[in-house]
Amino acid sequence: MATKTIAGISVDVSGEGYMNDPSQWTKEIATEIAKEEGIDLTEKHFELISWIRTKVMSGEALTIRGIGKSGIVDIKEFYQLFPGAPLKKATKISGVPKPASCI
Amino acid sequence: MKKLLILGAGTGGTIMANKMRKVLERDEWDITIVDQFKTHYYQPGFLFIPFGMYKKNDVIKPKSDFFPVGLNVIYSKIDKIEPENNRVLLEEGVVLNYDYLIIATGTRTAPEETPGLKGDLWYKDIFDFYTIEGALALADYFKTWKGGKLVVNIAELPYKCPVAPLEFVFFADAFFTERGLRDKVEITYVTPLPGAFTKPRATKMLGELLKDKNIHIIPDFNIAEVDNVNKKIIDYAGVEVPFDCLVSVPTNMGDPMIERSGMGDELNFVPTDKYTLQSQKAENIFVIGDAANVPTSKAGSVVHFEADILQENLMCAIEGRPFTAKFDGHANCYIETGYGKGTLIDFNYDTEPLAGSFPFPGIGPFGLLKVSRMNHYGKLIFRWIYWHILLKGKEMPIDSEMQMAGKKL
Ligand SMILES: Cc1cc2nc3c(=O)[nH]c(=O)nc-3n(C[C@H](O)[C@H](O)[C@H](O)COP(=O)(O)OP(=O)(O)OC[C@H]3O[C@@H](n4cnc5c(N)ncnc54)[C@H](O)[C@@H]3O)c2cc1C
Repeated sequence: MATKTIAGISVDVSGEGYMNDPSQWTKEIATEIAKEEGIDLTEKHFELISWIRTKVMSGEALTIRGIGKSGIVDIKEFYQLFPGAPLKKATKISGVPKPASCI
Repeated sequence: MKKLLILGAGTGGTIMANKMRKVLERDEWDITIVDQFKTHYYQPGFLFIPFGMYKKNDVIKPKSDFFPVGLNVIYSKIDKIEPENNRVLLEEGVVLNYDYLIIATGTRTAPEETPGLKGDLWYKDIFDFYTIEGALALADYFKTWKGGKLVVNIAELPYKCPVAPLEFVFFADAFFTERGLRDKVEITYVTPLPGAFTKPRATKMLGELLKDKNIHIIPDFNIAEVDNVNKKIIDYAGVEVPFDCLVSVPTNMGDPMIERSGMGDELNFVPTDKYTLQSQKAENIFVIGDAANVPTSKAGSVVHFEADILQENLMCAIEGRPFTAKFDGHANCYIETGYGKGTLIDFNYDTEPLAGSFPFPGIGPFGLLKVSRMNHYGKLIFRWIYWHILLKGKEMPIDSEMQMAGKKL
């Protein structure tokens, strides 16, 4: 397990840069990771981040469909907030592990 | 009399009916199974139909051929489960009470979930092969197709038999090569996954196979809509892929009955303990097969391994003992790669598919993550095993629990 200093705080991260311990997350960390991904966080981002964190920390699986039904954004808006690979970027910035795709 | 009720007489329901009838006394236990159809479909055979390798008759048999003596069979649509009343309502107002319930209603394709998929071109230039109707329509279409852009798209995760669309493109490559049309057919595999498969080693191996066969892959594609006028699929990020023939694996969902019962997640799969197979909603309800939300493949082999675990745990519950069996997520999939060859993957919740030999360490006869003629026979033999051994709940020389022996790390 690697550690990385983000926004002045030392956190545990996976090889791909996802935080291993969601409780180490702060808003400042989110802003910093988002910057690396080329995203400026808005209110809407934080609203969704908080929804994602609640969902993941209660042990539920995260899917694009689920986010579309969150009541905060639809899937199109989700793509606009986190362009490219929205689920990967959103989870990374939310300080939760990379979602496993089981098929 | 105590009552065990089984919903769905597909792979899982039929296996459980056979297993439980053997272990529950006839004078103490009534066992009832309900299904809407009288025909049992061998779904893995659907893959072979578009390429003329199987006909309809190769994949259907009467369900009644596989039921044990002493089983009550009801052909009817299930309306809903009432877990708080320990009863199930059928469509014609029939009410069935139960002491224990097994849900085995599987998954179905839901093309209506993607705008435009079931549009003007449905079964004209757009097909699925996860239903008997789709597979037969595509077989007809391929008989006279002159070539063009063949796009195979997976709409959403999870979907049953995760290797089937890969096998489809491998078969398509061989089929059009044999017909002398391959240079006129451009094959593109468009998937929401980041690569050909989920786990690193299988993804690498299968990704290289795609490349060798000149099949393009477009990963990380989450379909938003199908444009029937301009014949292209468009994803949420705005990426467009044009097609002449689109073969879709539509969104897979649990039966609407699960939703009506208030027992499903956002895709109507039933929240289930991934180790014990007990439903999270009620202690006397268990779930097997594609209907469950457990994080492993939705596949017949998984159903077969789960059946051993479920039988043991159901007996524990009935006899008031703590659960003794634990499901490890074991899946085992033969993958057709075309030209009479195939490969094989074996994995569980914690161990990704690895190279090696199966089922006997060092001997095989099947090779894991290798392309061989033997693996192809494995798949063909599977149909015989399915009809004659698996559905009847008989013993097979393969452990339910995944084995590390024979695997290379
Ligand atoms: C194209 C294709 C290829 C495949 N290839 C393979 C393979 O190579 N290897 C492999 O292991 N697996 C393969 N599979 C997957 C395998 O067939 C399934 O995972 C397996 O059959 C699931 O069994 P099940 O009992 O969960 O559901 P099913 O066998 O689908 O049974 C569900 C039953 O429930 C009934 N039902 C549902 N809702 C209701 C209702 N409301 N009222 C009444 N009845 C209802 C249905 O009629 C059906 O009979 C493949 C599947 C497909 C489509």
